[in-house]
Amino acid sequence: MRPDPPKRATPGAPVRWLLGRLGGLLLVVWGAATAGFLALTLIPGDPVEVMLGVQAQVSEQLKAQIRADWGLDDPPIARYLQYLGRLATGDLGESYQLRQPVSSVIGQQLPATLQLTALALAFALVLATIATLAARGRRSTRIVSLVELTAVSSPTFWTGLVLIAVFVFQVGWFPIAETGSLRALVLPALTLALPVAGVISQVLRQGLDAASARPFATTAIARGIGGGRLLLRHTLRHAAADSVTLVGYLVGTLIGGAVLVETVFARPGLGRVTLRAIIDRDLPVVLGIILLAAVTFALINLVVDVLYRWIDPRLRTGSVAT
Amino acid sequence: MTVPLGRTRLRPLRAGLAGAIAASAFLLVLVVAAVAPALLTGADPIQTQVLQALRAPSIEHPFGTDQTGRDVFARVVYGTRYSLAIGVLATTIAMTAGLLVGTLAGLAPRVIDGAISRVIEVLMSFPEFLLALLVIAILGPGPVSLVIAISLAAVPVYARVARVQTFTVRRSGYVRAALILGVPKWRSVLRHVVPNTLGPLLVMATIGFGTAIASAAGLSFLGLGPQPPTPGWGLILSEGRNFLGTAWWIAVFPGLVVTVTVISASVLGRFLRARGEGTAA
Repeated sequence: MRPDPPKRATPGAPVRWLLGRLGGLLLVVWGAATAGFLALTLIPGDPVEVMLGVQAQVSEQLKAQIRADWGLDDPPIARYLQYLGRLATGDLGESYQLRQPVSSVIGQQLPATLQLTALALAFALVLATIATLAARGRRSTRIVSLVELTAVSSPTFWTGLVLIAVFVFQVGWFPIAETGSLRALVLPALTLALPVAGVISQVLRQGLDAASARPFATTAIARGIGGGRLLLRHTLRHAAADSVTLVGYLVGTLIGGAVLVETVFARPGLGRVTLRAIIDRDLPVVLGIILLAAVTFALINLVVDVLYRWIDPRLRTGSVAT
Repeated sequence: MTVPLGRTRLRPLRAGLAGAIAASAFLLVLVVAAVAPALLTGADPIQTQVLQALRAPSIEHPFGTDQTGRDVFARVVYGTRYSLAIGVLATTIAMTAGLLVGTLAGLAPRVIDGAISRVIEVLMSFPEFLLALLVIAILGPGPVSLVIAISLAAVPVYARVARVQTFTVRRSGYVRAALILGVPKWRSVLRHVVPNTLGPLLVMATIGFGTAIASAAGLSFLGLGPQPPTPGWGLILSEGRNFLGTAWWIAVFPGLVVTVTVISASVLGRFLRARGEGTAA
């Protein structure tokens, strides 16, 4: 097969590509905002009842007053436009339960969750690297793949409970109840990291296997390049290209896992707030978190695409259909 | 280009066979536990016996007893029915909905197909657990929303495969031949497209079943699913959470059963997928 002659990209192309992607990002955020608004408008249940709680004995007059204050009597179209207008200025509305702006609720809880997920991601990368390096021979590969399967299949909350039972109650390496210190962060982060490490290492190993079977790897070996250099200079780059597309998915896993891990370890954070908001039907908070998740995803996918083009030069010249 | 010899191709299959048999055996035990729990345990899962409280695992109580003296093994066995039912129900709904959406997208005009594919793509970038959590956030907690949430979260995966499969089958020679011979389009869809899509979807559903059970356990653990005293696996686990220091077995064994179920489902699913690719090649 004759390779296409390398096409040089026109100078404006990367900028145009980026602008197009940013436009797509706005579209996704708008879509998420609209879907969230629709869902919350269409579902049964009166927000005023939710705000007051089940036991509240409140006159109809007061309820009408609250409804007017929150603008719940306006027609849906007007509320939708107002809502979009507020969003554009960064105003996510006010929590029904906590009586404070949603943005400050999220702002207060975000640091704890970011710490947890950042450390978990670091753990996961280290564990995945160890697993990939450990899988050398036939036998060790089978063992590693079994460990990966177990790590991926164990429910996060259960792993957390087992780690607590062993390292807190049996061995006593970690305190029972402590938050804030780095020491208290280790077990939650490890719990969150295990399934993520399993997925990364599975994909990385598959990518390495595929890459080392390609002709360029054979050529490199024929030129006398050793195993380590082959891995670092050639095959890892191909395997990494596959793993990078996973990043968006992993961030989602980390966010979803944070809800479970923060509950298991009784830690403060965005996951706990999400759970409370879901149970209390605190819709503005739920909507705010959905939007935050959508924006995060859209941004991460953009970064992944940029990284992908950087790792795989073929995508830049446009010779490969994306 | 080297041609793989028959033997080298068979070896990974045979290696997977032992695992697939073990996985099927475990899943079969689960089915027995769901249909006739009394066959596997003589103990009562509901009746409390305070004198027997918090006993460690022994021959009499393989998984120990809980804070009110109930046999944990019996509770897990009787809980199988709820967890399996949720898993099977959610997977069936997700697969059916995915088949419908995917096939329609594959048959629809380009604009509609493009719109559906975009939505599927965006949803696919979210992990299923997070999607299920979002659906529950909108519907409110409860067993019915639990099933709806888990099914909806899995639909995009099935829909994507169904769509691609529909495209492939529609362009294949025999379907075009059938159309030329005057077979109506709807008939060709029912006779050719759907049966050919169902195979890969069923294989995916085997793996999806495990995911559904894990998601259900996670959501019930968070208190978003059925409420006590329903002895689902997730609920037994969350009850054991408060006794980790004194009686680790209450939380550890139900979780172990969930984990082994998920592993079995994915081992069996991968085996079926490998076999399917083998016969297709």
